[in-house]
Amino acid sequence: MVSFLRFFINGISLGSVYAIIALGYTMVYGIAKMLNFAHGDVIMVGAYVSFCAMQYLQLPPALSVLCAMVVCTVLGVIIEGLAYRPLRQAASLAVLITAIGVSYFLQNMALLIWSSNPKVYPSVFSVGAIRLFDGELLITSETLLTIFANIVIMIALTLFTGRTKVGKAMRAVSEDKGAAELMGINVNRTISLTFAIGSALAAIAGVLLCSAYPTLQPTTGSMPGIKAFTAAVFGGIGSIPGAMIGGLLLGVIEILGKAYVSTELGDALVFAVLIIVLLFKPSGLLGKPVHEKV
Amino acid sequence: MKLKKNTINNLITYIMVIAAFLLCQWMLASGKMTRSLKGQLIPICVYIVMAVSLNLVVGISGELSLGHAGFMSVGAFSGIVMSAWLAGAFQMENEIVRLLLAMACGGVFAGIAGVLIGIPVLRLRGDYLAIVTLAFGEIIRNIMNCLYFSLDGSRIRISFNNPNLPGTILINGPAGAAGVDKISTFGMGFALILFSLFVVLNLVNSRSGRAIMAIRDNRIAAEAMGINVTKYKMMAFVTSAVLAGMAGALYGLNFSTITASKFKFDTSILVLVFVVLGGIGNIRGSIIAATLLTILPELLRAFNDYRMLVYAIVLILVMLMTNNPTMRAFFERLRPKRSKGEPTAKEGESA
Repeated sequence: MVSFLRFFINGISLGSVYAIIALGYTMVYGIAKMLNFAHGDVIMVGAYVSFCAMQYLQLPPALSVLCAMVVCTVLGVIIEGLAYRPLRQAASLAVLITAIGVSYFLQNMALLIWSSNPKVYPSVFSVGAIRLFDGELLITSETLLTIFANIVIMIALTLFTGRTKVGKAMRAVSEDKGAAELMGINVNRTISLTFAIGSALAAIAGVLLCSAYPTLQPTTGSMPGIKAFTAAVFGGIGSIPGAMIGGLLLGVIEILGKAYVSTELGDALVFAVLIIVLLFKPSGLLGKPVHEKV
Repeated sequence: MKLKKNTINNLITYIMVIAAFLLCQWMLASGKMTRSLKGQLIPICVYIVMAVSLNLVVGISGELSLGHAGFMSVGAFSGIVMSAWLAGAFQMENEIVRLLLAMACGGVFAGIAGVLIGIPVLRLRGDYLAIVTLAFGEIIRNIMNCLYFSLDGSRIRISFNNPNLPGTILINGPAGAAGVDKISTFGMGFALILFSLFVVLNLVNSRSGRAIMAIRDNRIAAEAMGINVTKYKMMAFVTSAVLAGMAGALYGLNFSTITASKFKFDTSILVLVFVVLGGIGNIRGSIIAATLLTILPELLRAFNDYRMLVYAIVLILVMLMTNNPTMRAFFERLRPKRSKGEPTAKEGESA
């Protein structure tokens, strides 16, 4: 029972990281209708920047996260402006391939700057741990921090998209670009803003991911990126609460699957559950069903 | 005799492939080919077949598939096991026959995987379909990592997650296959390209092919015309899987060691890049793109560490140049003008 609880909490923690990454995917998809495959690599860049800020500039951890967020935000906006904006009218597959090109670019850039040797991310956020059941159940501060960050981000984003004027503009653009433009909304700026928020979240996710799994190399972001993308689809892509639920479920399934079924098949289990869910709910858990007009 | 435009187009494709093969043979015979390029010949053939078969799904059937490497991996491993079994159990010396049978075996198993995956996948649409194919690709890779094959006398033994098998181990779970007989030949790769072209081009220009394209262009209208959507989508998907499996077998038997991690998501994406850069739905374009992009990293060797970076930049720039309206208009102006009413080859095919 205690071990189950331990796996469960680890799953929630990993799931929270997936959820934060998935939020970036889902927001960008909702507004630009594109699968941004480079998102996973923005996570990696964020983790590297915060690593360098701590290691070489001796900045405190909180400030290094801020650094990573700023760099990733700028990076996200630049990527959107240079690579995706010129393709706004193009076929979605062309944008997808461009996103893959950007992903290769970021990975190889990181390879040149930081080399392929894995770096060990310092455990800066471990201040202590909570011990329950006579020390049998150990909850590290990283775990708590990740879950806490996830909750804060979720609430902030819901309030932001629901209550503020800019958030309303974002929802309007994702609903109907043309109509939003007619209402005086600057579509390009709104999309840039979405990329900025998504990338800032990716930076946070990168730091959280690396404090839980401290090996940092240029390909660190790709697998969590794919899994988070799966999580976004799982919850219904385009839906913010969906990304959250999808991420959490995915994390829990992955950890429990690895613990109780088979270590090698943990990932396969995650994807199998995704397929089963999509068979019964073809647009994800919280996705809106699309009605076809003839 | 006046040939149809389609027939001429197909003939050009065949002639192009045959000419390229003859050129390579001449270069091999006269020693003009560099070592690294020589090593690339069979992979180029494999990637051409992969691109042509994926184009059948992405271009002709209009479904985005992100798990094509999964079929390649099924084909590769079943081909390796088949080849080893034929050699071990029947003392078959003739490598050509062995390779042919191994490729057939790879095709069959990939086809079975295609049917199993196609049933759930083809119920979905658009990006959801794409993510499920991605998921299946990853599942296949994970399962391959847990499979163990051994040759015990003349029997093949299979186990799941249990490396202790009697006999010689053929496929050792995550460590993959080692000591594979390298029986793949460039000539066979060329034959496989011709075979896949023959299958795909004939399918496209048949009644079934027109049905598949009708579904791609408007599913509801096609359904109203009495076209069985599932059947034709399945036909395209499974044909593509079989061809990918055959290519996989050729690929697997070209290296002495191979692991399942060779066929991960990146490989599926690589093939998708060939298809998109070559022109979606344009078979000849796929062949050219697969060839050029497989050689490109070799050609960029002068850039050393920067070569993958250059590759990424080239990829982004090409996508921007071919898809941005302003840039496209600019390049259109550079082209020599053609007489009206005769569309350029590219427009005619991609339309």
